[in-house]
Amino acid sequence: MKILVCISSVPDTTSKINFTADHSAFDKTGIQWVINPLDEFALSRAVQLQASAGAIVTVINVGDATTEPVIRKSLAIGANDAIRVNLEPKDSYQTAKEIAAVAKDGAYDLILCGKESLDYNGGSVPGMLAQLLDLPFVNAAVGLEINNGEATAIREIDGGKETISVKLPAVLAGQKGLVEEKDLIIPNMRGIMTARSKALNVVEASAVSPKVDAVSFESVPTRAAVKMVAADNLDELVRMLHEEAKVI
Amino acid sequence: MAVFIYAENINGHYKKAAFEAVSYAKSIADKSGETVTAITINPTDSSDALYKYGATNVINIKDEGLKNFSAKAYANAVNEVFDGKIIVFPHTTDASSVAPMLAIQKEFSLITNVVESPENMSPLTVKRNSFSGKGFMHAKAEGDGAIITVSQNSFGAKENAVSGTEEIKNLTIANEDTKVISHEQASTALDLKEAEIVVSAGRGMKGPENWGMIENLAGVLGAATACSKPVSDIGWRPHSEHVGQTGKAISPNLYVAVGISGAIQHLAGVNSSKTIVVINSDPEAPFFKSADYGVVGDAFQIIPALTEKIKAIQQ
Ligand SMILES: Cc1cc2nc3c(=O)[nH]c(=O)nc-3n(C[C@H](O)[C@H](O)[C@H](O)COP(=O)(O)OP(=O)(O)OC[C@H]3O[C@@H](n4cnc5c(N)ncnc54)[C@H](O)[C@@H]3O)c2cc1C
Ligand SMILES: Nc1ncnc2c1ncn2[C@@H]1O[C@H](COP(=O)(O)O)[C@@H](O)[C@H]1O
Repeated sequence: MKILVCISSVPDTTSKINFTADHSAFDKTGIQWVINPLDEFALSRAVQLQASAGAIVTVINVGDATTEPVIRKSLAIGANDAIRVNLEPKDSYQTAKEIAAVAKDGAYDLILCGKESLDYNGGSVPGMLAQLLDLPFVNAAVGLEINNGEATAIREIDGGKETISVKLPAVLAGQKGLVEEKDLIIPNMRGIMTARSKALNVVEASAVSPKVDAVSFESVPTRAAVKMVAADNLDELVRMLHEEAKVI
Repeated sequence: MAVFIYAENINGHYKKAAFEAVSYAKSIADKSGETVTAITINPTDSSDALYKYGATNVINIKDEGLKNFSAKAYANAVNEVFDGKIIVFPHTTDASSVAPMLAIQKEFSLITNVVESPENMSPLTVKRNSFSGKGFMHAKAEGDGAIITVSQNSFGAKENAVSGTEEIKNLTIANEDTKVISHEQASTALDLKEAEIVVSAGRGMKGPENWGMIENLAGVLGAATACSKPVSDIGWRPHSEHVGQTGKAISPNLYVAVGISGAIQHLAGVNSSKTIVVINSDPEAPFFKSADYGVVGDAFQIIPALTEKIKAIQQ
């Protein structure tokens, strides 16, 4: 079984987000880049499936050369090889088209993504990819089992969960639950060493035009100063929530 | 040309997010002198609910084969009846899975997580969430066809009654890619992303056995419950309650954070709440800097007392 895991490279979750002086772009100065945390759950699940389902795991990233450390980390976590499509994508559509172009001829049984990239929060690439490849799509996956080439997934629904069987090949977008937090694979020394000799193939991008243009960015407004209420004066808190904030 | 909206229903009942999406579509339609057409699949609720928010036409797809949700089959169904240039989806789990597939089928621009009515109609330009609650993007659609998903609890559901008509569309869409094995859905629990009030608690609660007081407070407020990431990681609460950058992003009217320190990843998912109340025993807890109201003290005393006081004013 062949699994393709789509990895996006995003600012570390502790990053303060600033924009360039003209507000036209995200200011990358001083940013540490990490594997999109939701993709890490997908990747860890895929690596587990190497042993349990004989999976061969390829990671793919659409990005310029600066994403290579993040790709190497994916290899250190245990992916067999990697593909980088050499393009800094402008929108989800470009990303999905590039991944689809690679996946079309790759005979992957399963394509795993994160539910959402924590940079631009598109939540769009996986569904687009599924449609481009004409494959079934399961979003918000919180569980995945492969038995004799058959996939069973658990997907989160509003107020609950649904267990479904999925015809393969398919595209799944997941989050925590695909593996538990404690089962996220952290690269060890051996993983890091072997990652250096694993193949990271760079392919050139096709000339797909984006469909959405990020015109400008804006920071989140800061809140007014906090009003502190003494612990023995909860009547005052209730009064303020009722009369001032009008939320209760 | 009408502005379309996809009105999601759960087990036949419209979600609040569907009304928000209708309201959003109505705001666009009003700008351009158009009307709103809602598309919905197998509803049991009456279309009156959609007219109330401004949908003049409702296309009611009836298809037994679509009893079970599949993003692909639903996208195909919507594509059968959608013949406009713009369609609005709620950014719910299911609808936000359908929208990208439809975007490819129609070769339209897709702009997700939108929080405000368009600032410009041609080219369509909208404000959307980005960087997980740490920023906003103004995004412009290239080309003239667009799909928008509206972030829940941000634009709001605005009543705007019109007299409407319903058209029944019988379809038989193939739906064989996925098969439901089991389905667990609490019909009573408040949907965290739709809740007006959320009571959330962190590691300061010491253990899962202490959540009774959190649930009581939530009960009195008609609130949904949520938790910080470590609380769900150690299994005190289900993952579905985890809010923050790597969990759910929410924007209720009131967010009450109990025994949560206020790490940047937690704040990212909740800082678009309109009012934030923080209760923490540590006066230095970072969360106070991002709160509207703060109480320094022991949650084990404050929460039961606060619950009683809120009950008292409700009488
Ligand atoms: C990649 C990554 C992603 C992350 N994503 C998220 C996310 O999405 N959501 C999230 O929440 N976190 C996330 N985190 C974790 C985050 O960094 C914090 O560790 C976490 O939010 C802390 O949870 P907490 O506030 O419940 O616990 P703690 O930080 O341990 O805080 C407990 C608080 O309770 C207070 N307290 C103790 N006793 C009492 C009492 N009796 N009464 C009142 N208060 C009391 C303490 O003063 C303290 O402030 C992420 C971390 C990483 C590395
Ligand atoms: N540049 C990229 N390269 C590879 N995969 C990506 C890229 N961007 C997004 N993805 C995948 O698509 C998922 C959803 O991303 P998005 O639609 O951008 O929110 C991510 O979790 C990744 O799995």
